[in-house]
Amino acid sequence: MTSADNLRAFRRGGRIVIVGASLAGLRAAESLRDEGFTGSLTMIGDELGEPYDRPPLSKQVLTGWVPAGGTTLPRRRDIDAEWLLGVPASGLDLATDHVRLADGREVPFDRVLISTGVRARPWFVESEAALDGVFVVRTREHAEGLQRALAAGPSRVLVIGAGFTGSEIASICRERNIPVTVAELAPYPLVGALGAMIGEVAADLQRAHGVDLRCGVKVTRLEGDAQGRFRRAHFDDGSTVDADVAVVALGGIRNTEWLQGSGLAAGVWGVACDTGCRAMDLNGLITDDVFVAGDVARCPNPVYEYRLISLEHWANAVEQAQVAAHNMVHGQADRWPHLSIPRFWSIQFGVNIKSVGVPTFADEVVVTQGSVTDHRFVAAYGYQGRVTAAVTFNNAKWLDHYRQLIETAAPFPPPCATPDQPVDTKPVPVDFPGPTLLAQGATVVVTGHDPGERRVTAAHQHHR
Amino acid sequence: MTTTETPDTLHRILDYSSRADPYPLYAELRRTPVARQEDGSYVISTYRELADILHNPHLSSDVRNMSHPMPSAEGATTPSFINMDPPEHDRLRRIAMRHFGPPHTPGLVTAMEPALTATVGGLIDDFTGKEQIDIVDDLAYPFPVTVICHLLGVPREDEPRFRVWVNGLINAIDYDPRTDPKEKLENGVQARKDLHEYLGGLLAQRHGRPGDDLLSRLANDDGPDGRMTDEEIISTANLLLIAGHETTVNLIANGMLTLLRHPQILERLRGDPDLIVPLVEELLRYEPPVHIIPWRAAYSDVTVADTVIPKGSQIMLMLASGSRDPDRFHDPDRFDPDRRDNQHLGFGSGIHLCFGGPLARREAQIALGELVRRLDRPRLVADPPPYRRSPVLRGPIHLLVEQNGGC
Amino acid sequence: MRVVVDLSRCEGYAQCAFLAPDAFRMHGEEALMYDPDPDDAQRDRVLRAAAACPVQAILVDLLEGRPEERDVPVAAASS
Repeated sequence: MTSADNLRAFRRGGRIVIVGASLAGLRAAESLRDEGFTGSLTMIGDELGEPYDRPPLSKQVLTGWVPAGGTTLPRRRDIDAEWLLGVPASGLDLATDHVRLADGREVPFDRVLISTGVRARPWFVESEAALDGVFVVRTREHAEGLQRALAAGPSRVLVIGAGFTGSEIASICRERNIPVTVAELAPYPLVGALGAMIGEVAADLQRAHGVDLRCGVKVTRLEGDAQGRFRRAHFDDGSTVDADVAVVALGGIRNTEWLQGSGLAAGVWGVACDTGCRAMDLNGLITDDVFVAGDVARCPNPVYEYRLISLEHWANAVEQAQVAAHNMVHGQADRWPHLSIPRFWSIQFGVNIKSVGVPTFADEVVVTQGSVTDHRFVAAYGYQGRVTAAVTFNNAKWLDHYRQLIETAAPFPPPCATPDQPVDTKPVPVDFPGPTLLAQGATVVVTGHDPGERRVTAAHQHHR
Repeated sequence: MTTTETPDTLHRILDYSSRADPYPLYAELRRTPVARQEDGSYVISTYRELADILHNPHLSSDVRNMSHPMPSAEGATTPSFINMDPPEHDRLRRIAMRHFGPPHTPGLVTAMEPALTATVGGLIDDFTGKEQIDIVDDLAYPFPVTVICHLLGVPREDEPRFRVWVNGLINAIDYDPRTDPKEKLENGVQARKDLHEYLGGLLAQRHGRPGDDLLSRLANDDGPDGRMTDEEIISTANLLLIAGHETTVNLIANGMLTLLRHPQILERLRGDPDLIVPLVEELLRYEPPVHIIPWRAAYSDVTVADTVIPKGSQIMLMLASGSRDPDRFHDPDRFDPDRRDNQHLGFGSGIHLCFGGPLARREAQIALGELVRRLDRPRLVADPPPYRRSPVLRGPIHLLVEQNGGC
Repeated sequence: MRVVVDLSRCEGYAQCAFLAPDAFRMHGEEALMYDPDPDDAQRDRVLRAAAACPVQAILVDLLEGRPEERDVPVAAASS
């Protein structure tokens, strides 16, 4: 697309392929039509059926209230797309502008949106992961299976990993009056996302609701019986827990393997892009016709020193999809940057936990409103004297104020008192347990000497 | 955004002569989103600034946080939660909510729907044979009063008594010591005392007698937050009694007035009763029952749109102006029930969002729906109709409508 | 009918849980749990709940009643 004429022709009759037919893909498709794109639109997805919403899968579905098949996403409009479902994409050829499907077919495009999201990280021992009663929760099939297992009245459920999903599942077990053990390698639940102070609150919350919470332990082995049913888990401290159900909640893996060899900056961290959602190639150069949105995107945020950030957040998927769609059908001068402040929520143990900003981008945290012991409070996070994030427990009505503090780089700790500020409030170190999964060894290799020939190649390509 | 002084515009808005159409003056006010007044108080009139400050934890609803507290009819009595800050506000509101809505009593409003429809139906039955109806006296007032009396457990037949007190209180809401006679405040104080005494008498009978009404439930129930003191119950009942009908009467009357001014929409509604749902939302934006939050206080320095409002300042929030802000709403002075983007300020926002909003919505939806269905070619007798005094709770005092040959 | 709530916008006002209590439930004081596929019998209530949301976070399928515009995906990619 070099000229306005080309752009007009593209909007009228171009070909857009969206790889990944979940929330981000669907919203992008709707936005493309809203923006007046009348060309052909192809939706590629590895799961069958219409796009569905995932957050209810670890909540309403597991309580048994809502069937797993009942979370199909409502449509904002018709999208007049061709749907290629049930077969994953296996490659992206940017020399000929084709998406390759696992069944060998090739789908040509003028512009492509990558929204392949993440999948659940499976238990690391395949044979143990295959035991009856061992679950992950990402798809509706997963949720349906786990719901059935919970409804069968297990003697105990073991949840491995006390991040948001693991904690939500533990909460539902208690709601269903099922004994539950939560095993977490870190010292507290949620600590990787929210730090030690909030982690401690989350631990209290779990124990107050009868969760057998074991922190600082690693599950080393899942043991099955002769029928291949999960029966017992072994911990690295030598202890064991007997349970009928194990839920592996160890986070996600970004679906980027299909992009190997595509020349894009894709890896375990996601697909790097600019704030306009245009994908970066291996050299860190921005491409023109490849866009990224949703959980798989790794996008710089100017508020956080332009760091590339991947977010598995619902609102982020929706907002990036809209920005990506807009930019796919607009020229450079009319492009939008994706600049929103991350927002997140989790519902567990009767508490609405919400956050704004990037809590991991902080060195201190302070309770600014409410009471920690009552589980009703606001905590603000600061980095080098400015507010960078906030978390609320049952205090969501105040959160938007903190978004503004983040956007205006307001001083931290917030200098002005509020009527319900705790009297003895002092900032404390935020205390995250070491660097989160950033780099797992070298993934790229730089070659060449002159500026004109220096290039990056992916490590797996290089060693091939 | 600069801070300039617009005392004249505000005084003209508060003046009774502009009651029928304050909107052009709101537009004038919005030229200065955060306007400092001569007396050091501030007026906020634009949507985004209002939405921001309603979520700002440095804004206080407690009169004691003003450097120069204005005299109020609430006087020395225990304030209700509308005039309190967290955590006390939150605690009292939670206790009251236990008996009115989710999570503890989620089905209360929907369970009232048949009774709401029947009450409206009965009042409209009484229109039979009348060629001229006063929408206010014949429906918009008696309907919500009946509902709130039933809900609270206040005898309906006492209405003539408490009507006087409620009016006295409402009249004193916007008391301004610089321009208003002292009697206005004194009447308010006396009215508050009388109403307080009356509700205290009712409450005394409820202790130890569990019942379904709110007074009985508050008097006898012990939830996780404990029980309200008698003073707290009386203040809460007082608040709900006043808010429960003084606002809904305006919503219904303003609604009928607006429909009669937009006959094509009225006709559409007749053929498409479901339109009432978005239509009432649009009413809450376009002709809301509550125009102004007369005062809030800056608990500490509050920054709004680059203006620092110093600690202790009095802040007036012009909600109805915000809902007509062209920077937020497309074509804001057009009544458009099809409006999709309609995040209005009709019930406020933030922790003080109208406690009874869901009930008020259903009352207005049912009342207006039935009026439109059953009135035969209704016509306004006078436009504009005569208005009540208050610039805060704004609505017609009478709304005379003619129709053909009864219902 | 299909419903989704943007819970990152939701501030827990519970207006929906008042007006359509079978489809929208509060989990504790502030957290909303909802039925993303409520029964058609609840249609009126769900529409009232969506209209009343103070932060306009509830999306009801806009293609409802227009099935011809819902390009239902094919069962598999083998077409």
